[in-house]
Amino acid sequence: MPWMLPTILRNLLSRPVTRRYPFDDVREPFAGYKGRIDFDADRCDLCGDCARVCPSLAIEVTLESRQITYDPFKCIYCATCVEICLPRAIGQDRRYTRPALSKGVETIEVPV
Amino acid sequence: MARTVIPFGPQHPVLPEPIHLKLELEDEKVIGVMPVIGYVHRGIEKAAELNTFRQNINLMDRICGICSFIHSLTYCQGIESLIGVEVPARARFLRVFWSELSRAHSHLLWLGLLADAMGFESLFMQCWRAREMVLDISEMTAGHRIIQASCTIGGVRRDMDEEMVREVEKRLIALRQLVDSSIHGVFLHDPTIRQRTAGKGVLSKDQAEVLGAVGHVARASGVAVDMRQTGYAAYGELGFEPVVETGCDSHARVVVRTRELYQSIDLMRRSLTAMPDGRILIRVDGYPVGETVSRCEQPRGEVIYYLKGNGTNHLERLKIRTPTFANIPPLLAMMPGCELADAPVIALSIDPCISCTER
Repeated sequence: MPWMLPTILRNLLSRPVTRRYPFDDVREPFAGYKGRIDFDADRCDLCGDCARVCPSLAIEVTLESRQITYDPFKCIYCATCVEICLPRAIGQDRRYTRPALSKGVETIEVPV
Repeated sequence: MARTVIPFGPQHPVLPEPIHLKLELEDEKVIGVMPVIGYVHRGIEKAAELNTFRQNINLMDRICGICSFIHSLTYCQGIESLIGVEVPARARFLRVFWSELSRAHSHLLWLGLLADAMGFESLFMQCWRAREMVLDISEMTAGHRIIQASCTIGGVRRDMDEEMVREVEKRLIALRQLVDSSIHGVFLHDPTIRQRTAGKGVLSKDQAEVLGAVGHVARASGVAVDMRQTGYAAYGELGFEPVVETGCDSHARVVVRTRELYQSIDLMRRSLTAMPDGRILIRVDGYPVGETVSRCEQPRGEVIYYLKGNGTNHLERLKIRTPTFANIPPLLAMMPGCELADAPVIALSIDPCISCTER
């Protein structure tokens, strides 16, 4: 197999192309990555558009108690709510959602 | 000679998804095949009637993890034709870009799985290394690695600025170089791959036409059928010729797919160059009324959506015919006469996507 020799030698002398995960840091997500959803309660006007468009029904807006419940485990991070929100109260940043030990919903109180 | 029936699947090392083939053997030779499907049925067609037609876009994305963009594209094109909407030109070119990105992703994934099915581990790693570059482009442009969720009714949801187009170009050139140096030549000329695929799973041109094969299975048998020829999205403006091989065997299918990989990279670069300025999304009011059929070319072949709307927020019926469903009858024609040891590679050569098939 003489034609394989250059490849074999190159592979012997080069570094692995994979990241050495626990020792090297993982790559940062790209700028436009659709990661965690953050609610800015001060900007919210409780219109409920986000709950209406959410394809996985992960958001509930209760006008009486001025509360938003958001279930990150139902959320598919499609950013539809981010695009629909007129007062720009929903933001999305490029952090991944962290794994969790138990499932739970986030409750956001909207001030009067 | 005594006949034996051997169950192949639903759990098998070469099968990424569960399909059960009952192989009837005479000694080591396969003489009959009976497929059993129904292991991953998720009731998506019924769910699509219960969701609103806009929520369905994200559901369609999830029919298949590999060709998710093309599923939502087919659905959106159907709804657009029912409502009567003209999509902006820039959005049509971006749709071509993401469709071809999905195709490149799917082809590299499949080439890797095929190499893995033959026990060619290092080639598998090379293919998936190239696939990782495609996934990076997907994350950069659409925001997600696999399910891009960037198609919507009336256009697309994300635009690309000049800087991003340049960066994507750079990455596509690097991807092409990697495919050139360590993937293309191996699949075409490596003696191991030739021995495992050449002359295995033969499907003649007549059989392909009669059994209704689609996608690379039909094109490897010399049938020039490709939905991109119909010119949906911006394919009409970009000029498109299907890749056709006449080998009729598993190796011809591998060659079709490696050539299509180059074609996809080329189409992506041309769509970015030819993309006009302008809007990417127009406002769509109204509800779908009437019925229509929408067809697109997925990595595995032609997908058909039948949509029926009744002027409300919900569809009355959505029926999906996926390419693997059309390619199972040709698979049953390919298998009789082969050795038992070749059965996994032949089954994989049609690129079965069972979660698409069963929805």
